[in-house]
Amino acid sequence: MIQVKDLHKSFGDTPILKGIDATFERGKTSLIIGQSGSGKTVFLKSLLGLHTPEQGIISFDGNISKEMDVDQKRQLRQEIGMVFQGSALFDSLTVEENIIFPVKMFTDQSTSEMRDRVNSVLKRVNLPDAHQKFPAELSGGMQKRVAIARAIVMNPKYLFCDEPNSGLDPKTAIVIDNLIQEITSEYEITTVINTHDMNSVMEIGEKIIFLQDGLKAWEGSHKEIFKTDNESVVNFVYSSNLFKKVRALYLNESNS
Amino acid sequence: MNYIEHVGKYFSMLRQVFKKPQRLSVFKDALFREIEDLGLKSLGIVAFIAFFVGGVIAIQTALNLESPIIPKYLIGFATKRAMILEFAPTFASIILAGKVGSFITSSIGTMRVTEQIDALEVMGINSLNYLVLPKIIAAVCFYPLLVVLAMFLGIFGGWLAGLLTGLFHSIDYIDGIQLDFDPFLLQYATIKAIVFAFVIATIPSYHGYYVKGGSLEVGRASTQAVVWTSVVIILLNYFLTQMLLG
Repeated sequence: MIQVKDLHKSFGDTPILKGIDATFERGKTSLIIGQSGSGKTVFLKSLLGLHTPEQGIISFDGNISKEMDVDQKRQLRQEIGMVFQGSALFDSLTVEENIIFPVKMFTDQSTSEMRDRVNSVLKRVNLPDAHQKFPAELSGGMQKRVAIARAIVMNPKYLFCDEPNSGLDPKTAIVIDNLIQEITSEYEITTVINTHDMNSVMEIGEKIIFLQDGLKAWEGSHKEIFKTDNESVVNFVYSSNLFKKVRALYLNESNS
Repeated sequence: MNYIEHVGKYFSMLRQVFKKPQRLSVFKDALFREIEDLGLKSLGIVAFIAFFVGGVIAIQTALNLESPIIPKYLIGFATKRAMILEFAPTFASIILAGKVGSFITSSIGTMRVTEQIDALEVMGINSLNYLVLPKIIAAVCFYPLLVVLAMFLGIFGGWLAGLLTGLFHSIDYIDGIQLDFDPFLLQYATIKAIVFAFVIATIPSYHGYYVKGGSLEVGRASTQAVVWTSVVIILLNYFLTQMLLG
C-alpha cells in the first residue's frame, strides 16, 4: 500500500502540487486523471522519487520514503516497476537485453535462470518471439508490452504507469489496460496509472483520483464516476458526446 | 545559468560519476561497447586525416625551404615535431571532439528526452556512473593509442609525399626524423592526449545529461558541447604546454 499525505511540490515560485492526500491499495489498479497541467506527472514522479517534494509524506507499506537511508531507497527502487509514456526502452539493447538488464544489475542469477525469467515475462505479455528484436523494430503496442515485461521482471510490489495508452489504437489500448489489470491482481501489485484515456477510466479504474490545479478534486471508483455530480469531473470525463450518452444511459438504467 | 554554475554542476556531476560501479559484469559490457563506439570507430577518420596532414606539412616545409644553406633533413625534423607536439595530440583531439563529442551528447541527450535516464534512476541505478564512467575509461585508455597511431601515420604520410612529389629525398627525410629525438616529447603528447580524452568524454556527457526539451534542444546541446570541448582543449593545450615545456 502507498500512502500520500499533504504532498506539496513547486518549481521556482510556481506551486504544482498543493497538498495531496491519497491511498493506493495492494492488488488494485488506481488511476490518476486530470487535465494537462493539473500536476499528474509531477505527482507520479514525486511518488517515484524523481522529484523531491517540499512538504508531505509518501510511505510504501509503512516505510516513509524521506526517512529512508541510501540502501533502503535503493532497495525500494528495486521493488518498483515503471512503464513510461514513451516506453523508455534502451535503444541500443535488444528486447531480451532490455528485460534482463535489471535482473543482471541486481541479482546473482545464472544466465539460464535469467533467460527463463525473460521467457516467462515475454510469454506473459504475449511476445514470446521478440527476444532478438531492437525497440525500433517494434510497433508502439509491442514496445509498451516490452516495457511492461521489463517493469515486472523483478516481481515488483509497486507498478507505476505514465499514460500507458498514449499513441495506441483503441484495440491495443484495451489489450494493454487488461494486461496491466491482470498483472496487478495476479502478482498482488499496487498499481498507479496516470492517464488521459477515458476508456481506461471506465474499464479498469478500481480507484480514480481526479486532480485539478494541484489538488485532489474527487476520488471514487469507475462505477461512482458515472453518478458523481462534481462539475469538474463531469466536464472532464464526459466532455465527448459519446461519453455523455453512455453516462445518461447508465443513469437511466440504474434509476429504473 | 551563468558559467560558474555550469562549472559547479559539471564537478558535482563528476562526483556522481566516480563511484564504484554497481555491477562489474554490466560495467564491463558497457566499457567494451564504448571502446568500440568511441575508439575503434574513430580509427579511420584519425588515420585518414593524420596521413594527409603529415604529407601536407612535409610538402609545405619543402616548398618554403628555398635556401640551399638550410639542410633538407629539416623537412623530416619539422614534420616529426609538428606531428608529435601538436597535430597528433591536439588537432586529433579537436577532430574527435567534433565526431565523438556530438555522438556522446546526442546519445545521452536522446536518452534524457525519451526518459531512458529516468528509467535507469527508477530502477535504482546511478545513471551518471553507468553512462559516463565507461566513456571516460574508454576514452582515456584508447585515445593515447590513437594519438600514437596519428604520429606514425603523419610521419609516414610526409615521407610518402616526398617520394611521390620528388621534393626531397627519402634519406634526408629519414635523417630528419631521427635527428634530436627527445622521448619526453612523447610523454608530453601522451599526457595531453589523456587530459583531452577526459575532456572529450565528460563535457559532451554533461551537455547531454542535463539537456531539457526535445530533439531540437538535443541538437543545440550537441553543437554547444563541440564548441565548449574545443575551447577547453585549446585552453588546456596552452596551459599544459606552458607547464610541461615552458
